[in-house]
Amino acid sequence: MLTLRCPYCGVDVDETDLHGEGQAHLKREGPGSSDADFEDYLFMRENPKGVHFERWRHAFGCGKYFHAARCTNTLQVFGTYSAQTLEPPQEIKDTISGARPGWSWGNFK
Amino acid sequence: MSEAISALNGKTAAGEVTVREAGLRGMIILRGDLSNKKLRAVCTELTGMKPPQQGQANCAGDKGLCWMSPDELLVLVPYAEAAQAVVAIDAALAGTHYLAENVSDARAVIFVEGTFCREVIAKLAPVDLHPDTFQPGDFRRTRLGQVAAAFWMRDADTFEVICFRSVAEYAFALLAASAKAGRVGAFPESG
Repeated sequence: MLTLRCPYCGVDVDETDLHGEGQAHLKREGPGSSDADFEDYLFMRENPKGVHFERWRHAFGCGKYFHAARCTNTLQVFGTYSAQTLEPPQEIKDTISGARPGWSWGNFK
Repeated sequence: MSEAISALNGKTAAGEVTVREAGLRGMIILRGDLSNKKLRAVCTELTGMKPPQQGQANCAGDKGLCWMSPDELLVLVPYAEAAQAVVAIDAALAGTHYLAENVSDARAVIFVEGTFCREVIAKLAPVDLHPDTFQPGDFRRTRLGQVAAAFWMRDADTFEVICFRSVAEYAFALLAASAKAGRVGAFPESG
């Protein structure tokens, strides 16, 4: 069972209180974008074995969206952070680098 | 106007841990900037309580303030004062971005009172309720069985549970069954 700390409530929350909301850090392609970019935005997702960034929603609690960095292979959670950001905070990246040297995900490493 | 009746009209399941519906309670959802001085002042004026810290509830008797999320408070007042309290909030916060709504008749409040009340709740919610991590004054929004609920500890032997009125029957039955099933012994006696 996955337990994530909600960065808004500051409490450890069981997976059954949360709702998975898919991949984090998607860049929306709106009107005016090319068909290829729009297709990427709609359909193309990371599917890593290892470090992954996800959106979660504290559905039974505060109702806020937040981001989580975790390993899909071992279920190790590297940390959670506010969704009001375009990329993971440096301390999350440092934690991942400590546990998984040389990791990369999308444009992040 | 027709007479207001609470969800379960004070239904009680007596036992070593007693589950009791609280009857009519005034509840107001207040969303806005919780650091706003006007908002904090009007909350204190209405309840006599200080605005709670993250994950806390400051309650005494029928009145209190509960931390629901970074931009939401639950304001508890006596049932008869709820409508007037919303008017007072509207007056105090005019011009700012906020939302206040009287939800007294949309929610139910259930007391769980007794020596192992902590375990009665712990059996139903995915929350660490060990005395080291959950103490009187702590507030948590989560689920009880299948439904959304929130609870806080008034004192070592009393939990106050709040849920939607439409699921009050289910929440009450769940708590009563958990209480009837008895103590598990997972927590220290004193907790």
